[in-house]
Parts: sequence; C-alpha cells; structure tokens
Amino acid sequence: MINLYEVTETNKMIEQENLDVRTITMGINLLPCVDEDLDKTCENVYNRIVSYAKNLVKTGDDIGRDFGIPVVNKRVSVTPIALVGSRCCNSADDFVKIAKALEKAAVETGVNFIGGYSALVSKSMTKADELLIRSIPKAMAETEHICSSVNVGSTRTGINMDAVRLLGEVIKEAAELTKDRDSIGCAKIVVLCNAPDDNPFMAGAFHGVTETDAVINVGVSGPGVVNHALKATKGEDFKVLCETIKKTAFKITRVGQLVAEEAAARLGVPFGIVDLSLAPTPAIGDSVAEVLEKIGLECVGAPGTTAALALLNDQVKKGGVMASSYVGGLSGAFIPVSEDQGMINAVEKGCLTIEKLEAMTCVCSVGLDMIAIPGDTKATTISGMIADESAIGMINQKTTAVRIIPVAGKGVGDNVEFGGLLGYAPIMPVNNFDCSEFINRRGRIPAPIHSFKN
Amino acid sequence: MKKCVVTVVGHDSVGIIAKVCTYFADNGINILDISQTIVSDYLNMMMLVDLKESTKTLEEISDELEVLGKEIGVNVKIQREEIFDMMHRI
Repeated sequence: MINLYEVTETNKMIEQENLDVRTITMGINLLPCVDEDLDKTCENVYNRIVSYAKNLVKTGDDIGRDFGIPVVNKRVSVTPIALVGSRCCNSADDFVKIAKALEKAAVETGVNFIGGYSALVSKSMTKADELLIRSIPKAMAETEHICSSVNVGSTRTGINMDAVRLLGEVIKEAAELTKDRDSIGCAKIVVLCNAPDDNPFMAGAFHGVTETDAVINVGVSGPGVVNHALKATKGEDFKVLCETIKKTAFKITRVGQLVAEEAAARLGVPFGIVDLSLAPTPAIGDSVAEVLEKIGLECVGAPGTTAALALLNDQVKKGGVMASSYVGGLSGAFIPVSEDQGMINAVEKGCLTIEKLEAMTCVCSVGLDMIAIPGDTKATTISGMIADESAIGMINQKTTAVRIIPVAGKGVGDNVEFGGLLGYAPIMPVNNFDCSEFINRRGRIPAPIHSFKN
Repeated sequence: MKKCVVTVVGHDSVGIIAKVCTYFADNGINILDISQTIVSDYLNMMMLVDLKESTKTLEEISDELEVLGKEIGVNVKIQREEIFDMMHRI
C-alpha cells in the first residue's frame, strides 16, 4: 500500500520540481498518402494526420488530469516528407505546399508541433531530397508548427558533405527569411547524424520508415527533480551521487512508461518507446546546467564539465532503462542553451563557449542545440560546425545534431528572444577562421573503419 | 476497482475531513484508507478511495474537489493510484 510519504514525494516533484511528461508524440506513417498529383497528396496527408491524431491533445490532457501530472506537449511526427513528396513534387515550392498541408493539420488537431519535414541523406541525396532541403527556409518561414530535420551522416555511411554544404546555405537563408522574428525559422531546423527513427522530441522528430502505421512515443523530463535530489548529496562520494541520480531517473521514467501505456491504450495505437531524456526548460530550477553545478562545478563550462555530464548522462540511462520496457529516441541529457537558464547564465558570465559545448556533446545527447550566433557568420562556417558535430556522431556511434541560429542583423553582445519553451539566448561568438576550402570539396566522407562490423 | 489517491494539503481547521468525507458519501465514493500528519498546524492528508460505485466521472470529481478545497481553504487533489505505484514499487 502506498504511504503518505510516497504520495507527498511524488506530488512535490510535480508541484515544486517541475516534473512533467514533456511530450506525447504520435508517429504517423504517411507513405500511403503518396499520389502523383500534388494536391491529392496534400489532401491525403491532411486527412490521415487528422484522422489519427484528432483525439491526441484531449487524450494527453485527460491523462494529465487523471494522474495529476502535466503532459506539456502533444505532438505528431510523420514519415520524412522527402519520401512522401518524391512522386509529386517537382520543385521546392511543391514541397512547401505539403508543409502548408501539415500546418493545416497541426492547427486542426491542436498539436504544438509536427515533425518530419525531413530528408534522410546520410549517403547521398535523391532529386526529391535536394528539393526538400532547398524548400526548408521558405517552408519554415511560412508555417509555424512544422519542424524540419535532415540526417546528413551515420556511422554506417559516413558524412554526406554535399548535404552539409547545402545546409549551411539553407540555415542562412532561413535566418534571413525570418529576420523580423529573430530568425526563429532556424530554431525549427536540426541537422542530425545517426538520427533515430523514434525520437519524440522536436525539432528532430520524424516517423522512421522502420516503424508501423502509428505509434506513441513519450519523452519524460525532470532536471528539476534530479537537481533537488542532489541537494542531499553535497560532499558525498561518487557512489552516493550516482545512486541518487539513478534512483531519481528510475522514478521519472516510470511515470513516462505509465503515461505512454495509458496514451497508447486510449488512442488505440501501439506503444513505441520512452525517451529517457533530461530536457530542461527556461523555468527556474528546471535546468541541466544547474544539475551539473550541483555535482560540483562553480559554473557550467568550467574544467570538469564534460566528465560531470558524462556521469550524469550515464546514470540517467542506467536508472531509466529498468523503468521502461522499451527505451529509445535520444535518451540522454539535453544541453540546449536558450532553453536552459543555467546555460544562459554560464554564457553571459563568459564561462561557456561553443567549443566547450562541442566537447560536451561527445558524452550526451544530442549536440549544439539552440545556440544563437552572429548573423554574419558565413554559410561555410556553419557547414563546418555541422561537419564537426557529425564527425563526433559518426565516430562515436551516437546521435549528434546541430540547431544553431545565425540571427540576421545581430551580433555578439545582442540577445534574442524566441519565447515559450524556446527561451532566449545571448549571441555567442564563433571561430571565424575560414574552412570554405574544406567544405567546398564535393562528395562524402567515407564510413569509418569501425562501421565494418559484419 | 478504480482506485484513486486524494490528497488534502493546507492549514488545519475544524471540519476539513468531515466536509471531504461528506462529499465522498454523497457521491458514492468509498474510502479505503486514510492517513494524515499535522506539523505546525499544517495538514497533510491522503485518502485511498474507490470510485467504482460513483456515478460521476473522475473529471467531474476532480473539478468538484478543487472547488470544495477552495471553499475550505485547502488544496484537494485526486489522482489515479497507478502513478504512485509505478514510481515507488517495482
């Protein structure tokens, strides 16, 4: 029988430590929507999403009320649109039409994002993949609820440097097209290496082709809960520290598992995975940076940060794995800058640099995330940053990603405000020594030697 | 059986349990267990209740308990029991 202490502990996590279910994401296969007529494809896409997801928002809210835990986001991920539109799209503008059909479906269902305006080009691009990538800036500027991702590399295939080069230009163009809104278009574009098929978190969510027709994936959160639990470990040894993180991660993940199973049952859709991530929000105390500081750093970015993050990430996984029957997605600590007040503070103090963030991405999910950089950063420099992150992912057999915002018309010393969960960010300086000769080579970086495991 | 945990948190005063229990009785909600602590006039109570005989939905009960809580000056919350079971039991 549950006792008063346990009930109080759970409710304290929810009410005071920001424990929530970050997202219930319904993956929907859109391949049956493919038609040779563009308008018909758009109509099919809209109808199929609305038919599967019409009750998603209400179900999420109902579950939240029944269990007394906020289910913050209800989202949809779809089959990469480059595949869906490959039959009927003959220009970038044709793809933008599909983006608008997705937007209409997002508004109709009330979900806060649809992810999957994506292309998987880890080895090379089809004509449709390239058209979709070229359409991203316009699609992001003309929609509000659509997220875009491109997988440019993997441990098995190497890195598609043609796509990396193109995406540097695409990100710059997206920044320019949304310059009146602090280049927010770029906050909805992520470039991935080793992208998972079942990630419920935006902006990188898409419904992989290895998945069934519809599936429920759930992302839990809870840096605030870990943060609070670590208050009791000050001065203790690593064993106590690690045990505390593991136990907390277990409890957080169990809630995710419960909500995922309940949502799947109510919606009549199979349960896919729980993503064990520590996803921060701009709310006070709900910060991964603060967790790292509780572990013993004066400020995140100080020497020891990478080790502390590696420890945190590993313990979160160890605690969470037993709590869920199927773990997937990105599963790890997220280190976005604009969405985490502790990270913002560290940047403002001059303690955290892009180079340190890059090192941190070697040991956690996912990558350079929500980082505002000067608007005059060259496209090739952005491509260089993408290539570096992809190389980390490719060699270390992990997912890495880049979501950077070259804010048009702004420079170091300025701030940008994205609002809501996306938060705000000080613009960080970028190393501007030139890499264009490297980026402008054609072709791909071959798969690494340790990909040959057969 | 549809078991839920009701928590009542706030400053202690006369009649809190009576009012909450009267609401349960009026709505066919059976109380299975009650425990409480009072520290410095601060009441922290939990009740395990069974809704199987209740004519109302959990949504209605949740809304009405919130209103009742405001009337008494405490915070009353009802949640399905599984969230606690999942978190604290393997």
